[in-house]
Amino acid sequence: MATMKFMCDAERCIECNGCVTACKNANDVEWGIQRRRVVTLDDGEPTEVSISVACMHCDDAPCIAVCPTETLYQRDDGIVLHDKDLCIGCGYCLYACPFGAPQFPQQNAFGERGKMDKCTFCAGGPAETKEEEYQKYGANRIDEGKLPLCAEMCSTKALLAGDAQTIADIFRQRVVQRGHPDGAWSGNPRADTDNLAYDATRQG
Amino acid sequence: MYISNAWPGFWRVAVFTLVLLVGLGIAQSVLAQADADREAATAVVGVTPDTWRQVRSGETGANFRDSRADSNYNLVNASGERWRQLRNRWVSPFGLIAIGGMIVVIALFYLVIGRKDLSEPRTGRKLLRWPLVVRAIHWTVASLFIVLALTGLNLLYGKFVFRSLFGDGFWAAMMSGTKLIHNYLGPLFGILLIVLLARVLKHNWPKKHDLAWFKKGGGMVGKTHVDAGFANGGEKVWFWLLATAGIVVIASGFVLDFPNYGQGRDTMQWANLIHAVGALGLTAVALGHIYIGTIGTEGALEGMTTGYVDETWARDHHNLWYEEVKDEAIPEEQLAAGGKPSGGGEEPTPRSG
Repeated sequence: MATMKFMCDAERCIECNGCVTACKNANDVEWGIQRRRVVTLDDGEPTEVSISVACMHCDDAPCIAVCPTETLYQRDDGIVLHDKDLCIGCGYCLYACPFGAPQFPQQNAFGERGKMDKCTFCAGGPAETKEEEYQKYGANRIDEGKLPLCAEMCSTKALLAGDAQTIADIFRQRVVQRGHPDGAWSGNPRADTDNLAYDATRQG
Repeated sequence: MYISNAWPGFWRVAVFTLVLLVGLGIAQSVLAQADADREAATAVVGVTPDTWRQVRSGETGANFRDSRADSNYNLVNASGERWRQLRNRWVSPFGLIAIGGMIVVIALFYLVIGRKDLSEPRTGRKLLRWPLVVRAIHWTVASLFIVLALTGLNLLYGKFVFRSLFGDGFWAAMMSGTKLIHNYLGPLFGILLIVLLARVLKHNWPKKHDLAWFKKGGGMVGKTHVDAGFANGGEKVWFWLLATAGIVVIASGFVLDFPNYGQGRDTMQWANLIHAVGALGLTAVALGHIYIGTIGTEGALEGMTTGYVDETWARDHHNLWYEEVKDEAIPEEQLAAGGKPSGGGEEPTPRSG
């Protein structure tokens, strides 16, 4: 069984927020909720670097460990999903999450949290029908044999999604060949004409 | 472009030179890219391991940006895992040990030593101990305490028991009800507890004879007699526990209950731990309070239900107070007939605390 993972290559992320937009569009995410965010460190300085963050679908997920209602659970392929019927909006998953992934629509009095929402790796969630699933959790692209839309639409291929081993292999090759003329696209017939691996942070 | 006919040679030379220079420039950059080492040497600083160490520690610089609206998060929530470990590995098991241990100790105490009976038969003459207003607040606070304790325990331990027991549908309703009750009754409890504490404060100032009371273990075992005023040493400890730990639990509860004041995750993590430790501890001690006030002591509960206690009970447990108020004792029959005792309905005089 594959283990699904996200990986964002900070050397490539250009802070275009395409992943954020793709996610909102694919999953029809509620107003005020943004499942993916782009963080920029040292904005405007020579060391500026950006990285796209959402739920990282942790192996030993802290959110699952602290949830009082067992709203959160992990599939066999490593994707961490949430059951909106069980969520009581206590916010514990948010306290524990390393990446600030869980979000709560504030829709009640006294700032009481609504039902938690977070990235589903475009794998939907528990529901009776397809319509209900889409309405509650957004797209289930995994079911259709597709990867999460954020990574699929990433213009610089900074954000990768898929089987952990495949992602690791791609990234390892990138690290080895970073700055190489064909930028890890060697063997690819389009390497010379369509060089997507150009590393803008390196200047010769 | 118009090129002057007068100087064709000059323009030809100029264009040729330009092309040559541009060509050389391109060749140079291509060469540079081919040489990986040289490129690394001339590259910008970029991301260093230090950058990621800083991120891991939860630090955010002045030029930190987050594309999410009104986000106050850093990139990595460094304290989340610590909170998880403290809650799941320390607070959760030790809370269970504290409360379970208390139940076992009380059960053993009851089985081995048994109820504290009155030393002599009842005299049938009654003393006013708790006026109606105190009783009303006490039972409201007590009921709320029990409801909050049960819902709180359900939030911490419920998932280990009830989900498999009842199934998802009931479990979902049970948990959302639990959270609603806990969050909405909590503030009410907080306010009423403070009112109750303020009302009975005058009985609970520590006195010298309280030390002697503790040395003799409050006379809980055997027939030893210990001096006590209106409130004995044990009651004063319970009062001051509620006045300290209780207030802390209420305050931390407010922090958790109203997330709309912009408090951060770190604040709420600590509020959660303090709230849980305090509440679990108070729940354990409350079991002792409930035991002593009900089946543990003959004649104690009627003081908080009817407001009146028997003379014998007062002499046994609060002899110093009894000496002050024994003249105000009224016969049972008069009470049953609805007769007002002299000075009835008023607060008992707390002359010796």
